[in-house]
Amino acid sequence: MLSRTAENLYWLARYVERAEYLARTIEATLRVTALPNTYVGKTNEWDSALLTAGVSASFYEIHDEADERSVVDYLSFAPSNPSSIRNCIENARLNSRSVRTALTGEMWDTINGAWIDLQEVWGKGTKTREELTKFLRFVQETSLRFDGSAYRTMLRNDAYWFSRLGLHLERADNTARILDVKYHVLLPEEEHVGGPLDYYQWTSILRSVSALTAYHWVYRETLKPWLIADLLILNDSLPRSLASCYGNLVRNLDQIGVAYGRQGAAQRHARGVRNRLEHSHMDDIFQHGVHEFIQEFIGDNSRLGEIITKQYLV
Amino acid sequence: MALAFDEMNLPGGALRPAYLELSRWLKETPPDALEYRRQEAELLFRRIGITFAVYGDAEAQERLIPFDVIPRIMSAKEWAILEKGLKQRVRALNMFLRDIYHNRDILRADIIPDDLIFQNPVFRPEMNGQDVPHDVYVHIAGIDIVRVDSENFYVLEDNARTPSGVSYMLENREIMMRLFPDLFARHRVAPVEKYPDELLSALRSVAPLSAAAEPTVALMTPGVYNSAYYEHSFLADKLGIELVEGRDLIVKNDEVFMRTTEGLKRVDVIYRRVDDDYLDPLTFRPDSALGVPGLMSAYAAGNVTLANAVGTGIADDKAVYSYMPDIVKFYLSEEPILKNVPTWRCREPKDLAYVLDNLGELVVKEVHGSGGYGMLIGPAATKATIEAFRDKLKREPEGFIAQPTLALSTCPTCTASGLAPRHVDLRPFVLTGSKHVTIVPGGLTRVALKEGSLVVNSSQGGGTKDTWILDE
Repeated sequence: MLSRTAENLYWLARYVERAEYLARTIEATLRVTALPNTYVGKTNEWDSALLTAGVSASFYEIHDEADERSVVDYLSFAPSNPSSIRNCIENARLNSRSVRTALTGEMWDTINGAWIDLQEVWGKGTKTREELTKFLRFVQETSLRFDGSAYRTMLRNDAYWFSRLGLHLERADNTARILDVKYHVLLPEEEHVGGPLDYYQWTSILRSVSALTAYHWVYRETLKPWLIADLLILNDSLPRSLASCYGNLVRNLDQIGVAYGRQGAAQRHARGVRNRLEHSHMDDIFQHGVHEFIQEFIGDNSRLGEIITKQYLV
Repeated sequence: MALAFDEMNLPGGALRPAYLELSRWLKETPPDALEYRRQEAELLFRRIGITFAVYGDAEAQERLIPFDVIPRIMSAKEWAILEKGLKQRVRALNMFLRDIYHNRDILRADIIPDDLIFQNPVFRPEMNGQDVPHDVYVHIAGIDIVRVDSENFYVLEDNARTPSGVSYMLENREIMMRLFPDLFARHRVAPVEKYPDELLSALRSVAPLSAAAEPTVALMTPGVYNSAYYEHSFLADKLGIELVEGRDLIVKNDEVFMRTTEGLKRVDVIYRRVDDDYLDPLTFRPDSALGVPGLMSAYAAGNVTLANAVGTGIADDKAVYSYMPDIVKFYLSEEPILKNVPTWRCREPKDLAYVLDNLGELVVKEVHGSGGYGMLIGPAATKATIEAFRDKLKREPEGFIAQPTLALSTCPTCTASGLAPRHVDLRPFVLTGSKHVTIVPGGLTRVALKEGSLVVNSSQGGGTKDTWILDE
């Protein structure tokens, strides 16, 4: 297939995944900030939402303070934020138009429909909490529909595999980023372990990667920070864990390799990262530092993106 | 202007035969049912994403072309005449182009003045002596036809460069069949769905000699911001070929390749929807980012076929148009089946004088214009516009032609106040391959939605209709 087509499919999936992640981040933050101060302490949750979205620096160029209104608007609608939800959906639509022929009708319908709604229903942003909640649902449903229609209707060929690569690479990046911002609340040596503040911080992390229920099913325990880290990093039964994302990245890259009859740097690099995750234990990770581990992972993950681009997309 | 010929209703109330069944059906169908289906059609078009962009209109970067649900119907007999005339015309166009870029017999015979060709900016000296496979220059032609009465069809324009609109012909039919199955059941409508197949085989038939047994065809688009981008992606999909942009292509050793995830792959035939000027920055506009450096040298080496060929603009130029009846006679020794609209060439002083004296009644067009931009419709224009055109004409007479204001035929059309007659034209798409000239029955009917308006162009508020050729 055309390199440009593969590139568009890859970015299309990334944009949709990112939009969903932003919506989840906002939703989780809204829940925490709705709690009385005694439960959540004095940390500015909106500030940390900006950090997990990776747009803190650009936000503070135009705002002095992070509060609900300014952050929600910046993450959702601001034209000045290149990765706002609106820009993600607009970019996804633009990418879709460029690869109309590689998408199934259902996928196009989802993105085009979302883009139409974005202008007709959400053109003026949201004014009330209720509207905001509806908007966030709309974004998540768009992503679910897109993902579902890709899964259910696409031929299993390189178009599908490249789109999956974008999805899992973006997803791994998002999970890693939230861990990177919140890792300190997962550290077991903190004094107020198990206090109400941590409890809500933990549920907030799990919620933003839609893993709260999964946690209970997997561990059948009350929330424990090292188990949360284990779930999000190493447990490959959780679709948003780093291990699961890398399992999928390796699988899809292998399929491309088989179809094209040749492997390359992308396959090797992805396998290397996956093997490291497979052979890691939470104890070691904590000992060497969660922060360092995550930082290294984020670097590795974005390197994979560069290698894929070089190998296939240009 | 005389009262326009209506394709359904004869003066005095009688119906033309092709419309008998439609008229019966319309009487049985309540008006709000029609309105409901119209809305449904609009929704379908929007969901499918059939849009076009209007240049210079930032507000509505993507718009729908209004679709009218009342079909335009022609009998098989009427179509047979048109089909014959169209094939004849396109054959002549191809022979004319071959001649202009080779022997120039027609110039030697003094049928067309030399300077009309050589001074013409759309004449491409790069094509002099260049052979193209099977001498086909215009693989895809969109010939604009108007009718003024039950007998007479006129060719309004020959579009021999990159005519668009065929996706609407195909999608209009799809949507009509979905919305009005009952109406279809009561007619025998000739199908149009073979068009993509016929286009693909025409394109493959003109592959260069150096191509593999299974030539690779690609459709080249200027990109998503082009007004006809939807059509480009639609056709690529229907043909099952890659939709490429200039940056996807690269020329090496005079061969054209596309960049794929598996490396470079040779391309043999390019159905290009990019204008000549933008094809190759090394030959044409150096500032073009849409093109492929070296494409013209691969073309000259005979390693790639461009459809349509480079330089076809000289055949659909509006000044050359006025010579079309002579061109048909010269190459085919036949009488032209389709008439030309009488045309005054403003480059000729006698014609110019007449045009200047009668601006209020004439249609004046730019020789190199298209899309309904930059034209004057005398009877509908204000005094100031007419005077502005008078100045333009005096300054640059060779840039214009003038034609009488034709009373284009009308068809019943849905309007805010019920069915009413609106002016229509027809653009059939004529395909030329190595052996055959083919036309799917019908074409794109464009309709001027404003009451009394004669401008059917989509960029000027025109709409479209499904076009039915009845199989008898």
